[in-house]
Amino acid sequence: MLSIKNLHVSVGDKPILKGINLEIKPGEIHAIMGPNGSGKSTLSHILSGKSGYTVTEGSATYQGKDLLDMPPEIRAREGVFLAFQYPVEIPGVSNVYLLKAALNSIRKHHGQSEVDAMDFLTLVKGKVRLLEMDEKFLYRAVNEGFSGGEKKRNEILQMAILEPKLCILDETDSGLDIDALKIVSEGVNSLRSPDRSFVMVTHYQRLLDYIKPDFVHVLAHGQIVKSGGPELALELEEKGYSWLEDAEASA
Amino acid sequence: MAVANSSQYIDAYAQTFADLSEQSVAWLKQQRADALEQFTSTGFPAARDEEWRYTQISALAKTLFLPAQHSASIAVDAEWLKNYQLADAWSIVLVDGFFSAELSVLDGLPAGVVVSSLAQALAEPASAALLTDKLNQAVNFDENGFVAFNSAYFADGVWVHIPAKQVLAKPIQIVHVATQSAVAINTRTVIVADEQSEAQLIETFVGLEGAYVSVAIAEVFVGQNADVTLYKVQVESEKALHFGGTYVKQARDARFRHDNFALGGLLARSDVHTDLDQASECELNGLYLGVKRQHIDNHTRINHLKPHGISRELYKGVLDDKARGVFQGRVVVAEDAQKTDSQMNNRNLLLSNDAEADTKPQLEIYADDVKCGHGVTVGQLDEKSIFYLQSRCVDEETARNMLTFAFANEMVDKVKIKSLHDVILGQVLLRFPQEGIDKEWL
Repeated sequence: MLSIKNLHVSVGDKPILKGINLEIKPGEIHAIMGPNGSGKSTLSHILSGKSGYTVTEGSATYQGKDLLDMPPEIRAREGVFLAFQYPVEIPGVSNVYLLKAALNSIRKHHGQSEVDAMDFLTLVKGKVRLLEMDEKFLYRAVNEGFSGGEKKRNEILQMAILEPKLCILDETDSGLDIDALKIVSEGVNSLRSPDRSFVMVTHYQRLLDYIKPDFVHVLAHGQIVKSGGPELALELEEKGYSWLEDAEASA
Repeated sequence: MAVANSSQYIDAYAQTFADLSEQSVAWLKQQRADALEQFTSTGFPAARDEEWRYTQISALAKTLFLPAQHSASIAVDAEWLKNYQLADAWSIVLVDGFFSAELSVLDGLPAGVVVSSLAQALAEPASAALLTDKLNQAVNFDENGFVAFNSAYFADGVWVHIPAKQVLAKPIQIVHVATQSAVAINTRTVIVADEQSEAQLIETFVGLEGAYVSVAIAEVFVGQNADVTLYKVQVESEKALHFGGTYVKQARDARFRHDNFALGGLLARSDVHTDLDQASECELNGLYLGVKRQHIDNHTRINHLKPHGISRELYKGVLDDKARGVFQGRVVVAEDAQKTDSQMNNRNLLLSNDAEADTKPQLEIYADDVKCGHGVTVGQLDEKSIFYLQSRCVDEETARNMLTFAFANEMVDKVKIKSLHDVILGQVLLRFPQEGIDKEWL
């Protein structure tokens, strides 16, 4: 699905990622954990194509294609989905409009015709119920005036409708109360499938109580300093990040 | 001694003035004479006037725009007009400033509601009597040279009277159509909504290809506890000059809303002034779109004269190419206007390096217990938003178009009359790159 090899990324002259290696197979859930400033967000941004970053070395291959060479919208149409840490408010563009534009772009990209208006509504309304959202949300402007929890739920709604192959969740748990976290997690869990992979970028272990990862990687100072199973997350919760950062510094 | 930019007009309009004066009742004859005297001494506004420093009106000196003539044969295609004239409204149509009974649709107006040619109303003693304490009362000709010019030379216009407690089931639309070139179209509109009435009105300005100047002054009187919404849709021809003024007097507890869509014209200026009495409320919305070399000016003044008034104002501008947009918004809170609650906002989106936005919000507060705020932004499309849309499969150009459209559409969406909303939406889409914008999905 995704193969990241020796990836080095800078912002201006400042190196942020210093040789990331990561293999993600279909159906796997990988959690990327790390303290603030470790490069977690940079990793999710670089995978989704945000500008302002320079790749100085290494590669990221998605389904056999050079991911880093594609504009963001092509990545998205190819099935890469970034759930934003801070979803952007787009006043004046309704949720349903954006969903339709997005879905039809994907279909066009794959040589399919535009989605039928009735089928589209049936699809969207089904997903809205799944996420326990009010249908009125569809007709409101994208994220405008939404609470933190509503915004995150909206991200998952988009994900559920666009059916990506690789889902990158950037600090999805931040700003969520426990009820919203449950709903969002259930939404993500319902999307798990053998051909869909997840990368969850998170500071806290909390989210992983609800979405069980297959692998946990710890990012510090731009490198993966430790990888392991779900138990690693619990260890981090207990001991914090400093023991790993120290270990790396002395290594 | 007339000032340079107006003397050629005074000479060229001498016969027109004599004719109009001849037809006018005594009080109106006097008003015209006073207005002419004012115009003679001040002329058209000059850039040295602070309120006019951004508005270049030199085109009026370069070309002499003669008075538009009342033509017997109407050069307006009724089918074409349907693009602007709403099917679900009563409408009164002025062609080159003169009432056209043929194009107007006024059947079924409730008893007591008057929508008529102003010239006809002034010719009837009964309605003329009603107009004596209205005409030139919401604005005086010393306001500026265009008001003076208009007061001296207007030949026709519209008179709307909505009696007390009348709630109109349909909007009233005033359609100004310009067909002639190199002329000045001078119209005056007087709208009186008596106490506890409710009405929605629309002023539409549309022109054929020509280069003409449209001077349209409207006076609106909103009675006690009455509720008036006035939409202005200015889609003049590309070469036209438009000088519009809307002057409003709100009685106690009156509500007035004005939605101003300034989309057309080469040089277009719109002034909206309203005086609020005790506990009256006003909402002023505006959208100005400038492309190519358009210059679009918007000036508003909200006068809180008495306590407990509420005013809300939001003007948004989108400027592309070499267009220039101006917003001058002034809120004055009189000493007596305690507990005033006022908020003024102006937001500008620049799409090109050569586009320009000048914005000048002014608060003048003489009371000490008020809540007044203003906010102004001039910016470009937000890169974060563009990336967000790209991450949702939308290509960059479409993302830019969507965001531009969305910025403008916030104002279009406030229009609750469906047919009008669709007309305005169509006009907005006409003026902007719409690759990737699918109207059917909106």
